Amino acid sequence: MKKHTITFRLNGEPCTLDVEANELLLDVLRDKVGVKSPKAGCERGDCGSCTILLEGKSVRSCLILAVEVDGQEITTVEGLSRNGLTPLQQAFLNHNSFQCGFCAPGMVLTVTELLEKNPHPSKEEIQEAIAGNLCRCTGYQPIIDAVLELTKK
Amino acid sequence: MTIAHRFDYERPDTLSGVLDALARCGGRARVLAGGTDLIGWIREDLIAPDVLIDLKALDELKVLHCADGVLQIGAGVTFNQLLESDAVRSDFPLVFEMAGRVASNGVRNRATMAGNICSAVPCNDSGPVLLVYEATLHVAGPTGTRDLSALEWFLGPRKTALQPDEVLTGITLKKPEGRHGGCWLKLGRYKGEDLAQASTAILMLENGETRIAFGSVAPVPLRAPAMEALLKGRTPDAALIAQAQAMLSDLITPITDVRASLEYRLHMVGVMLERGLPAAAERMNGNGPDYGTTLI
Ligand code: FES
Ligand code: FES
Repeated sequence: MKKHTITFRLNGEPCTLDVEANELLLDVLRDKVGVKSPKAGCERGDCGSCTILLEGKSVRSCLILAVEVDGQEITTVEGLSRNGLTPLQQAFLNHNSFQCGFCAPGMVLTVTELLEKNPHPSKEEIQEAIAGNLCRCTGYQPIIDAVLELTKK
Repeated sequence: MTIAHRFDYERPDTLSGVLDALARCGGRARVLAGGTDLIGWIREDLIAPDVLIDLKALDELKVLHCADGVLQIGAGVTFNQLLESDAVRSDFPLVFEMAGRVASNGVRNRATMAGNICSAVPCNDSGPVLLVYEATLHVAGPTGTRDLSALEWFLGPRKTALQPDEVLTGITLKKPEGRHGGCWLKLGRYKGEDLAQASTAILMLENGETRIAFGSVAPVPLRAPAMEALLKGRTPDAALIAQAQAMLSDLITPITDVRASLEYRLHMVGVMLERGLPAAAERMNGNGPDYGTTLI
């Protein structure tokens, strides 16, 4: 099978590599590029732990082929917090929002996208945005509380 | 977990390039749009195409446009684009209501309506809504283009009227004449989940017509002409709703699987009629719950 040379921007830096068509973006990011914040959870689109921002939109990297992102811009938590924690991450920290933290990168990126579109979301809007990000530890309350506290008018 | 199956990948930048690739591969290719179904199916060995032909370089398929009450949805338009469109929200509220309940935000950023009906799983969300709007589907193939009604599209689970050398390029919906109202009811285990256990689309028109379609309760999404005839021109009061509910077991054929039992699905579709018909009538008259409010 043919190798494809792809170039994309990852957290602001250009990244070029050879991939086969059947390589998943999640695996390429973790194993070839060494970016470990996207996590392999369900690997079928249900849990959101593999979330990345592709062209600013949260997507599931377990359902995307690496070859599809040629020419595009990817952001992960590593990129978001390059210059220290973002206010959102700080709010999560203050609220002790996570326990094991497996869902955290996906939550951070999903809520980052939400706040770009909607800086003052209601509780329902937050719940809707993270409905596809499963957390097995916290019951979601400290996650939602952190976002509400950060964004209250 | 990687994908074991190996395949080639092409991303033509013209429609004729897509059609050439499909012709060359003779049924061994699959068209890739958002990929949220397709990639999972390949990984789970449900399908094993030799080639994926990606549509995402075709700007012409990214068009979402509404003029004179005609909504054009290109094959590359995602559910989140539908959800964020003012025209969709105001003139095609069932599309808005449905798009908001498709899986999760992260899937909606990628998944397309065209892909949803090409996957054609029995629980697809777009089907019932396109059936009640009587949408037109645009198909391109080696000998030119053809249009189909949504009513002719679904042939069986994962089977559509699309030929292996054809591609669905877009969907057109016409805004109903006069006042209209409706609702999309989807039963799932939790919000953010992809798969409906049962679903119902109801569209009421000013001329007295009530259109109803069901999803997840038969091999394909289906309209219910007998029930529509019963409801035509009548106000859905408790007695009429009970009559409609009594017809259900003859109209739909739900199955028992891991997500729900036959009995539960049948019962819940009855509940959907009970809540949905009055809500659709109220919405047609300009009141009732806001679109997007969960009724079930
Ligand atoms: S690992 Fe991708 S959604 Fe669960
Ligand atoms: S903190 Fe453990 S999964 Fe969310």
